[in-house]
Order: sequence, then C-alpha cells, then structure tokens
Amino acid sequence: MSSETEGAMKRDAKTRPAPLPLSERLIRAPGLLPGLTFLAILLIWEGATRAFQVPTYVLPPPSRIAQGFDSVDLARWGQHVWATLRVALMGFATSIIVSLPIAIGLAKSRLMSRAIYPLLVVIQSVPVVAVAPIIVVVLGTDDAPRVVITFLISFFPLVVSMTTGLMATPPELIELSRSLRAPGWREITQIRIPYAIPYFFSGLKISITLSVIGAVVAEFVAAEMGLGYFIQFSTSMFRLPDAWAGLALLVALSLTLFQIINLIQRVFFAWSLPRTSKH
Amino acid sequence: MALASNAIQFDSVGQTYVTDAGPLTALTNINLTIPQHQFVAVLGPSGCGKSTLLRLSAGLLLPSSGQVSVYRTPVTAPRDDVGMVFQQATLLPWASVTDNVLFPARHKRGRVDQKDRDQAAEIIERVGLAGFEARLPHELSGGMQQRVGIARALFLNPDILLMDEPFSALDALTRDAMGFELLKLWQASPKTVLYITHSIPEALLLADRVIVMSARPGRIIADLPVPRGRPRDEDSLRSPEMQDYLAHVRNLLIHRDAA
Repeated sequence: MSSETEGAMKRDAKTRPAPLPLSERLIRAPGLLPGLTFLAILLIWEGATRAFQVPTYVLPPPSRIAQGFDSVDLARWGQHVWATLRVALMGFATSIIVSLPIAIGLAKSRLMSRAIYPLLVVIQSVPVVAVAPIIVVVLGTDDAPRVVITFLISFFPLVVSMTTGLMATPPELIELSRSLRAPGWREITQIRIPYAIPYFFSGLKISITLSVIGAVVAEFVAAEMGLGYFIQFSTSMFRLPDAWAGLALLVALSLTLFQIINLIQRVFFAWSLPRTSKH
Repeated sequence: MALASNAIQFDSVGQTYVTDAGPLTALTNINLTIPQHQFVAVLGPSGCGKSTLLRLSAGLLLPSSGQVSVYRTPVTAPRDDVGMVFQQATLLPWASVTDNVLFPARHKRGRVDQKDRDQAAEIIERVGLAGFEARLPHELSGGMQQRVGIARALFLNPDILLMDEPFSALDALTRDAMGFELLKLWQASPKTVLYITHSIPEALLLADRVIVMSARPGRIIADLPVPRGRPRDEDSLRSPEMQDYLAHVRNLLIHRDAA
C-alpha cells in the first residue's frame, strides 16, 4: 500500500528540475515560436513583393492586404462573417445530429454496417463542389442548400470517428454490462458514448474546419452575403487585396472555431486529452 | 442456504467456438464441483479455456454441451450474485473512484441512493483506498486501479467472485501484497472464489484447492487440495510440503505442455 501511495504522490508532486536550456524554453513558451515564424513570413513576404515589384493581382504585400480591410466598414464585415459562421454552425450541428445515430447503428449492428457504410463512402466520394449547383437548383437559394452542402462536406469524418470510438470500448466493460443485465441502451449511454468522447472530439476538430469550407463552397455557388461571397465578388472586380483580407478573416474564423472545440474538450472533458499533453 | 451446498457445478461441460478456421474446442468434458465459500485457483497454459470456464460460470456464455449450475440452478443468464474482476481493471476513465465503485448500481438501476453511497464508502475503505475517493483512474497506480476493480465487483455483495488473472498486470511486489489483501477481504467476508492465474506460487498462497488444466482442448488434469491450512503468509510457501506440492504442479504443467 505504502509504496503505491508514494507512487501516486510522486506523480502529483511538482518536481522542479534544473533550469532548461534556451532551446527547450523556446519550445515550451506558448505561442512564441509559431508567432515568430508567422512574423518572419510576413516580413519576407512584404520585402519580397516590394523588392521584385510583384503586381498586387499576383500577390499583394501584407501592408496592402491590411488596407483591404478598409474596403467595407466594420458592420458590413460583421454581416459577412456572421453569414458564413451561421451556415457553418448550422451545417456542423446537422452533421453532429445526423452522425450520432448513424455511428451507433454502424457500431451496434453488422447488418447496418454492411448496408449503409458503402453508401456513406459513395457520398463522401462525390465531389460536393460539383454537386453544389444542383443542390441550389433543387433546394432554392435560402439557407437550406448551404446547410446541406456544408453537412455533406463535414459529416463523414464525424461518422468515422464516432463509430471507431463506439467500438473502442474494452470488451470487459461490455461483459460487465451484460453480467449486470442492464438495459441495452444504458450500455450505449453510460459506457460506449463516454468512451467515444476522445474520438468524438478528434472528429469534431476535423469537421468544424470542413464546415467553414462547406459554407464557403455554398457561398461561391449562391449567396449575396458571407466571406466566400465577398472573396468571389472582390476577385471578379479585380480587387485582390480585398479578397486576401476576406481570406485572412476566413482563416481566423476557422482557427477560432477549432480552438473553441479544443477549449470545450479541455474544460469539460479533461480526462479525454492524451496524457502527455497534460504534463 | 445450507453451508454444505455447492456453489458452482460443471457437469460434462464442453465448449466449442465457431471460427473462420473451423470449429475450435476450448473445453471438453469438464466436471467440477465447488462447495460454497471455497477458494479455487485454476492453473493452465495460455489458451486452455480458463477464461471460458469463468465466463460459463458468469452466465456470459452458454455451454455447447453439458450443464453449468450455480446453487443447483442451471445457468442460462448472468446472475446477480456473481461478481467479476478482470485482468485489467477496466475502470471508466472519466469517473472518480467512488463513481467507478457505484457503477454497478448506476448501470443496473439507473440511479444511486444514499445507501449505495454509504456502502461504496465502506467498501473503498475496506480495499484501502480511503482518501482517494475523488481521484480519476489515471491518477492511480496499477495496484490501486485493481483495488477499485475489486471494490466494484464487491459492491453488489456477490456470493461468488470470479477473478480472471486479476493481478497479472501488476509488478511482482504489488502482486504479492494484493494477494494477501485479497485473502484478508475473503476471510472477513467469505465468498466462493474462482481464481484464474498463471502463477503457481500465487495459486498456492491463495487457494484451498488448485485445478490444473491441459492445453487446448482444455481438460482438467489434476484437482489438488492445497496441503497447508490457513492463515498463510510468505513463509507458508517455504515449508517442505508446499515445496513438494509446488514441484508437483509445475511438473504437471510442464509435461502437459511438452506433450
């Protein structure tokens, strides 16, 4: 007993080793190295485009892109961002709602798995960008086609990760559940779904960025608002720096959504994080 | 229930699995009677059907032939009076020690009441984990995790405890310490124990009786009462009679493996 307790205590104790070498401290400082890399790229980009007098329609320097943010006022930017965000989130939510029952079906029933999985692969293999105009014709020009397009692009990784997660439960726990003669749905809610959470989050992280892509694809096809629409419109008017500014916002939006998923996992499901990232 | 009643009984039990490579006979002609509150260790080479024996007793498997009975009732489904401990603790990684111990109640009935919580606290104390109630499994050592596994198995107060190499994943020192603690628990609250193990000394230390099985298809090749009475400690194994017994069991296992 005592040796085990000590072992547990030892792991808890905050051991402070000798000062780390500079390189190690740089690696550990949050955001420092990626920030420096990003800054360096911006500087090289600025310097090179100026030095070689690259035309702005080929590659505008970052300073020129910054001016692109002034092309429309803040409220208008807000409207564009909100339009894209709304479609991305609605498509993302639809993906989650649709994927969970499909994943449970695939994990629980070999019949379902045999019958449905090939269909899912076929859907995943269809180039959604090519189908998008058809979907718009079928469903009209309001949110419905955009949400469907976003859903089609973002749902597959969720289904795969959830199914893998639901099947990753140790067989002993399923035996324990059976030996308790618990109702079958509780095996899903109390064992399989919580066990799938780390996998579920991996899927969410891929799916949320795909949702933003989906929303943009939908806006390319039919929209009068949104960052995808703005980029396409600016490009067609040959206002490339504006398009680049829209692109920068799109990247920021995607990263923010990704980090929100990360944060939700960290705060509410800390146990599901890989062990190494906690130390 | 009369003290002399038989807890577990196997009558000409055979178990055959259907595999892609054809039928696989895991067990043949198993006849075994385990009286109530006896501690029985099952030894045998890997793949000899030891775990199958356990799953048949638990009602998780039905025999291909013959009959398994618990308290003279044929086993056709899992029973409430049987608890299981697995090779890995297989705890719920998101649940605290207390919630892991309460899991059988929450899973079976869908809720837990104050009586369950009191009982969980008492069992956690009994397995030596007082003070660790709020810890998550990954914050515990392997030995402590398996204590939680045992506490979980004891929670519904089963009369029969089925243990599938419960300490084999632990280091040698912890394994010995856990063996003695298991004996203490068993003596304080006697249960019929079917204990699968790879380790001959462990079997001799813990059990009243040792069943030796052959490689696949699994058969019982020896059924030997352990000569030394209780209480036992480290020194019990050093006595000449136990050393002879140990050598005998080892011979049985080695020669059967070679054959």
